[in-house]
Amino acid sequence: MSSLSERPTNPVVGQEIPHESAALHVTGTALYTDDLVGRTAGVLHAYPVTGGHAHALVTRLDPAPALHVDGVVRVLTAEDVPGINDAGVKGDEPLFPSEVMYVGHPVAWVLAETLEAARVGAAAVEVTYEPLPSIVTVTEAIEAESFQGGQPTVRRGDVEAGIARAAHVFTGTFEMAGQEHFYLETHCSIAQVDESGQVFVQCSTQHPTETQEIVAHVLDLPSNAVTVQCLRMGGGFGGKEMQPHGYAAIAALGATLTGRPVRLRLNRTHDITMTGKRHGFHAQWRVGFSSDGRVEALDATLTSDGGWSLDLSEPVLARALCHVENAYWIPDVRVNGRIARTHKTSQTAFRGFGGPQGMLVIEDILGRCAPLLGIDPVELRWRNFYTAGQDTPYGMPVRHPERLATAWNQVLTSGDVLVRRAEIARFNATHEHAKRALAVTPVKFGISFNLTAFNQAGALVLVYKDGSVLVNHGGTEMGQGLHTKMLQVAATALGLPLNRVRLAPTRTDKVPNTSATAASSGADLNGGAVKDACEQIRARLAVVASGELGVPAADVRFEDGVVTGLGGGETTWDELVRLAYVQRVQLSATGFYRTEGLHWDSSTMQGSPFKYFAYGVAASEVEVDGFTGAYRTRRVDIVHDVGDSLSPLVDLGQIEGGFVQGAGWLTLEDLRWDTSDGPTRGRLSTQAASTYKLPSLSEMPEVLNVSLLEHAHEDGAVYGSKAVGEPPLMLAFSVREALREAAAAFGPPGTSVDLASPATPEAVFWAVEQARSEHDERAHVVEGSPGREPEQPSPSAEPMRPSSERVQPHVRSGV
Amino acid sequence: MARSDAVAVTVNGRVRPVGDVPPHTTVLHWLREIGLTGAKEGCAEGECGACSVMVARPDDGDGTRWTAINSCLVPVGSLDGQEVVTAEGLGTVDDLHPVQHEMAVRGGSQCGYCTPGFVCSMAAEYYRPDRSPAPEPDRERGPNGFDLHALSGNLCRCTGYRPIRDAAYALGPADASDPLTRRTTEPAPLAVATWQTYGDRAYVRPTDLQTALGLLADHPDAVPVAGCTDWGVEVSLRGARADLVVALDRLPELRELHVSDDAVDIGAALTLSEVGRGLAGRVPLLDELFPQFASLLIRNGATIGGNLGTGSPIGDLPPALLALDAEVVLISAAGERTVALAHYFTGYRESVRRPDELIRSVRIPLPLSEITAFHKIAKRRFDDISSVAVGLALDVQDGVVRRARIGLGGVAATPIRARATESALEGRPWTAETVRAAAEVMRTEGTPIDDQRASAAYRQAMLRTALLRLYADHAADEGRTA
Ligand SMILES: Cc1cc2nc3c(=O)[nH]c(=O)nc-3n(C[C@H](O)[C@H](O)[C@H](O)COP(=O)(O)OP(=O)(O)OC[C@H]3O[C@@H](n4cnc5c(N)ncnc54)[C@H](O)[C@@H]3O)c2cc1C
Ligand code: FES
Ligand code: FES
Repeated sequence: MSSLSERPTNPVVGQEIPHESAALHVTGTALYTDDLVGRTAGVLHAYPVTGGHAHALVTRLDPAPALHVDGVVRVLTAEDVPGINDAGVKGDEPLFPSEVMYVGHPVAWVLAETLEAARVGAAAVEVTYEPLPSIVTVTEAIEAESFQGGQPTVRRGDVEAGIARAAHVFTGTFEMAGQEHFYLETHCSIAQVDESGQVFVQCSTQHPTETQEIVAHVLDLPSNAVTVQCLRMGGGFGGKEMQPHGYAAIAALGATLTGRPVRLRLNRTHDITMTGKRHGFHAQWRVGFSSDGRVEALDATLTSDGGWSLDLSEPVLARALCHVENAYWIPDVRVNGRIARTHKTSQTAFRGFGGPQGMLVIEDILGRCAPLLGIDPVELRWRNFYTAGQDTPYGMPVRHPERLATAWNQVLTSGDVLVRRAEIARFNATHEHAKRALAVTPVKFGISFNLTAFNQAGALVLVYKDGSVLVNHGGTEMGQGLHTKMLQVAATALGLPLNRVRLAPTRTDKVPNTSATAASSGADLNGGAVKDACEQIRARLAVVASGELGVPAADVRFEDGVVTGLGGGETTWDELVRLAYVQRVQLSATGFYRTEGLHWDSSTMQGSPFKYFAYGVAASEVEVDGFTGAYRTRRVDIVHDVGDSLSPLVDLGQIEGGFVQGAGWLTLEDLRWDTSDGPTRGRLSTQAASTYKLPSLSEMPEVLNVSLLEHAHEDGAVYGSKAVGEPPLMLAFSVREALREAAAAFGPPGTSVDLASPATPEAVFWAVEQARSEHDERAHVVEGSPGREPEQPSPSAEPMRPSSERVQPHVRSGV
Repeated sequence: MARSDAVAVTVNGRVRPVGDVPPHTTVLHWLREIGLTGAKEGCAEGECGACSVMVARPDDGDGTRWTAINSCLVPVGSLDGQEVVTAEGLGTVDDLHPVQHEMAVRGGSQCGYCTPGFVCSMAAEYYRPDRSPAPEPDRERGPNGFDLHALSGNLCRCTGYRPIRDAAYALGPADASDPLTRRTTEPAPLAVATWQTYGDRAYVRPTDLQTALGLLADHPDAVPVAGCTDWGVEVSLRGARADLVVALDRLPELRELHVSDDAVDIGAALTLSEVGRGLAGRVPLLDELFPQFASLLIRNGATIGGNLGTGSPIGDLPPALLALDAEVVLISAAGERTVALAHYFTGYRESVRRPDELIRSVRIPLPLSEITAFHKIAKRRFDDISSVAVGLALDVQDGVVRRARIGLGGVAATPIRARATESALEGRPWTAETVRAAAEVMRTEGTPIDDQRASAAYRQAMLRTALLRLYADHAADEGRTA
């Protein structure tokens, strides 16, 4: 057991406690950024000037009419920007564009005394556009060869040889939709400038440091003149990793130009039309199976729909390629990736970060091929699992694959899977118009940022003379319970009861140069840093105690606020702190953590980018109505690996919430872009809560059993825990596969059906119709060796650069 | 009538003057402006429930019913003289309300943004006077009688809902000494005459029908509103503003429910929740419809008159009311007239109603057909708009279909009757063969289009399967099981 992962006796980590802000949440007293408006005097409101073209040049922009609207104070345009007119770090996201790249792209912002005046003012700004041709779908982009960024390949062995070896070769394509984050709190920033010109931005951001950097480069200020604070977010899910920066910069620009606080809050329609989403992906593939159903080779080309700018599309793609094999050993692999450039919102991070899309490709393949191979899908998946000693296609050893097998068997047993499948067979035989199915799918998900540099974190822990403790760390709280876990880590490391420790809101002037709270890594990284800071303080206090209690410092124990010397004497924490102060011992410390043992070469797409893998298994049972395609999720059983949980209630919430969000992506949430040639081309027609439907209580599984995998200690992470934010999302594959099997049950045995993603009731209905159709087309999977080779990257394609994850802004501004 | 400076709302037990705000100001924005930021804006269109608050509404008897509504849809003037409770008013960090306690300890909040809204919706159900332990809990009702539909208008993006459901089902009976329980035994605040002005715009609540009709006659551009669940969306999402808004929702003349031997007459300003309770199972077709209509938060505001008033081709009531052969009673200063619903809609969002006329009531003739059904095709079971809605009412005697009435929504510019299908059924034996043939006719009814909710092909398929499904559910000797 490593010193990082070892727990003291009676640790506060591992206790089942509610979210640290639960009492504030339920009483409506927890503050979010927009709740500060009424607490700030003289706030101006910002409203965007937007147009209806998917792609157009701005030929004229006249703000004057807006200035005649009562209450309008100022119109912000490109000319107002003192620094770099860019909302991102790659130089391809003009903050005030001269070329509109998607429907709703804001070209100017109006500031006014009231939101109403700003809205009316925005409508009064006169803009003339010269429409340009647009690309809306990935298929259009593929045809037009409209790509952006690097085109990496993950390769192992000889895919042609693998295909030649295979007894069965299948070829197919698959397209999956993206997903809107729909955090309940939309983007919001409030910016102020103080008497010294210091800019203070309160922002709903997962990445305060980068928000700070973008605000600074837009205003042409050094980072030390900009402070960003995030109180808490009403959900983030990746949507506030890169997207908030530009809006924060607009608010900050307005504040510096008017000298008044500026609030920029996107309403829901703006948020959906303007901000990036999960990438939709297109996949061309061929796959070879041995006669007993082992995957011999996978040859695939994945094209993600990147939208108008690069954003995080390259690392998202990298993660997709690093997860395409999910939990399965595939000897010969070639997976290419490319990013389509389309006239849509700039697609971005979303829980799973490309991993889900990559994994969905293989799960879809297995789901479609199992009936064609005549092998039960449960058996087919099991047979292909990684076993000890095997490496991923990118050359990383798969540690603990036996945990996957354990979780799988546990789900089969606790979920009574065999018995229930027999019951389902009986039900299906006696019901013409309704069919049930139960599917089991695995998750293997790599934890760490692919780019090694991001795997670092800092913390600042302050102990006051009265013994109370204030913890600052670089991570942000968006509901995932990071702050709860950090309090537990600090209380454990200091040997204090939880109520002696408080957490301060995340601020860039407390902990600098932080990474985004993303990649599920928040607790691993910040936990390491908080623990480090606490241990420094504890070590100093142990010396003080040693003098006081007359035992060696190594024999001083801290537990529940009591400090004991082994073999005699004890004092209280408060007393010890007082003593330390008097003895002039420093009572604060900065902590730092970097994840050891990572290496990754994105030019070859090889290395060990992840500290460890998180595993999970889900079994889902659904019932499909043959008249409508409507369905219900009857029961779900999950076993998930969170290591030794830091906070079981929080982890359970992440697993359940992730699962339901994943099910939403795969079944219900429907981004419909207007692909017609009419005047509304490129418009997102589901840009409101009334048309973009999230799961509600009615989609909740009727029975949901979740257990944490036991004996799951992770040596490489803080107090033996594992990250939990993203992996559970992919447990929802089981729902999609169950829907596929239920739809197939309307046809003869051995029916393979294609299922669109999302599998809305309509999509399921068409799958049922496909299964029922007399001339069985045996799905749109074609059998025959050597199959159709997916399109290969063009020789002139850009490679993935080591820096592809992101370019640091100061590097850019030097260019 | 009351002048605007007198407009005031009791919030969490304290009277708060509304002040000088434009009449389109929503309750949500007003609450947030006076510093009560617990209620959140998640969508501003009644879909997410983050803005949910409780209002004191008249109960069916003399008491008060704590009723949760979407505060993002209703103008603050509509609460003049009324009582509102927000999450802040239910409990404090040191003294949590039972609902807040269950939500907090069970992990019912993660980011917490949806939570105050959930708490208010849950609290309204907690105080529901007729909530009592359910001997047989089912998929939508807990052992404590908690009806899950109470939360059908609240979205949470974080938790996946299980802990929220557990919190709801863990609630005990409301304590009789709890001030909000005690409040339910007293009458609800009366509607007060309101005249709230701001510049040249006004929100007006008359207290009798004659005044309302007079206002409409004098101001042809005035917008009459009831629950504002439709108008509120126009205001917040599409920037609609009216010089004069006339509130109908508390007019006693529009809030009557009569049942006689030959008809059920439903007042236009009754909310769907009230109609459901008032009919008490008398019209099974509507009982099947109500839980599928929007969410409880919306049904607590949405009126039957408003549903016809929007003239929407995808409204849920018209197909059902068409199947029930309903008539619409219109009233103006000039008098009353009755129009068959089948002749009421004249085009996309157009009807025979003149601007000075109001819908007074909807009349459903009795007796009702024995076989009725309401099929709503939507992506989501709770709170979604129909892509296709089908109301079906059939009389079958001696194995023969004597009479068929089928109303359709979502397949034409107006709600329509499926007349060709009705003819294909009437006079024919109630057999699988008849149904199959009629289903093919039904498939061709209307002129469905492709949109973001469904493809035209799916809509047609749903028309076809609606009859097959009805037959599978109602054929005497063939259930839905093979
Ligand atoms: C989230 C959400 C979900 C919804 N879901 C559904 C659904 O599932 N099914 C469905 O059918 N609808 C749905 N709706 C639409 C809406 O709730 C209904 O149409 C409702 O019945 C409108 O009633 P209201 O009293 O709120 O109307 P208001 O908004 O007050 O008025 C609507 C229109 O009707 C007119 N009007 C109101 N009363 C009268 C009257 N007595 N005489 C003449 N004209 C009148 C008004 O002038 C206005 O033009 C939904 C709305 C929302 C916001
Ligand atoms: S804000 Fe979403 S329902 Fe009111
Ligand atoms: S807790 Fe985040 S939306 Fe419900």
